[in-house]
Amino acid sequence: MKILKILIILFLTIGFSHLKSYEKNNELKSKILKNIRCLICQGQSVYDSESEFATTIKLIVERKINKGLKEQDIYKFLREKYGDWIIYDPKLNKNTYILWLLPLLLFLLGGVIMRKKLKFKN
Amino acid sequence: MKNKFILLIIIIFLSFCFIIFYKGLDNSTIYSPNISNKKIIPTFEAKDFNSMAYLNSEKIFEEDIYYIVNIWASWCVPCRTEHPLLMRLSKNQSVKLIGLNYRDNLNNAKNFIDEFGNPYSQIIIDNDGTLSFEFGAYGVPETLIIDKNKRIIKKFIGPINKKIVEEIKLIIK
Repeated sequence: MKILKILIILFLTIGFSHLKSYEKNNELKSKILKNIRCLICQGQSVYDSESEFATTIKLIVERKINKGLKEQDIYKFLREKYGDWIIYDPKLNKNTYILWLLPLLLFLLGGVIMRKKLKFKN
Repeated sequence: MKNKFILLIIIIFLSFCFIIFYKGLDNSTIYSPNISNKKIIPTFEAKDFNSMAYLNSEKIFEEDIYYIVNIWASWCVPCRTEHPLLMRLSKNQSVKLIGLNYRDNLNNAKNFIDEFGNPYSQIIIDNDGTLSFEFGAYGVPETLIIDKNKRIIKKFIGPINKKIVEEIKLIIK
């Protein structure tokens, strides 16, 4: 009887830990898929798309997570295959300087114009 | 006077939109991205279409010649339009065509080959699309040229046409 109790507790513990890791992996998968652009769809992430391309990427991301790869490693792997464009949040590098710095420059330019106008009014 | 001016602006704007969309209709759906970083083909193991035996990528691309990898499926309508051109390309001795059967039903794929002919020296099966992913493919049909150093030097997304066949012939010459 005692052995049976121990076995039940053991099975339940293993079952719950598996469920927990499955949930964790699922959360990570959703997070990654929402940050990947479906390259053949218009304005859709891989998470939202049911295209052949998106289905394949979903499968690959799932396999990579199960293999134990971290989020950044998966992005790196996808970037190697399809370039920076596949990630919604592109890294700062020589190809994306303009993308990152242009809004900041425009913001500063707007500030300068506003300041000049205010000065002119005063 | 002001109303006439606004009307003129609207007409010019609409005409501009019309011309842009009309021109867009004629645009080719074939897209050939610039490959600045020529990647070496991936190493993989895949099932052979005929024998169902597993083949190594090194065995598939073992010869010191140009290879053309064509990603196709029996359910893909544009694949049918490009198939006669692939048949013509397969007669070229300086190149070998490798077919990558993408997410397909095996019987349908076999019927497709029986009906339209087999331009491929080897066909490998990609049941879940992951092999095509390794080649950096977007979907079907897609054609990749692999040079003697086993690097992907050109990619054509969409069905190939006569112009592309001429381009391929110039590359593999």
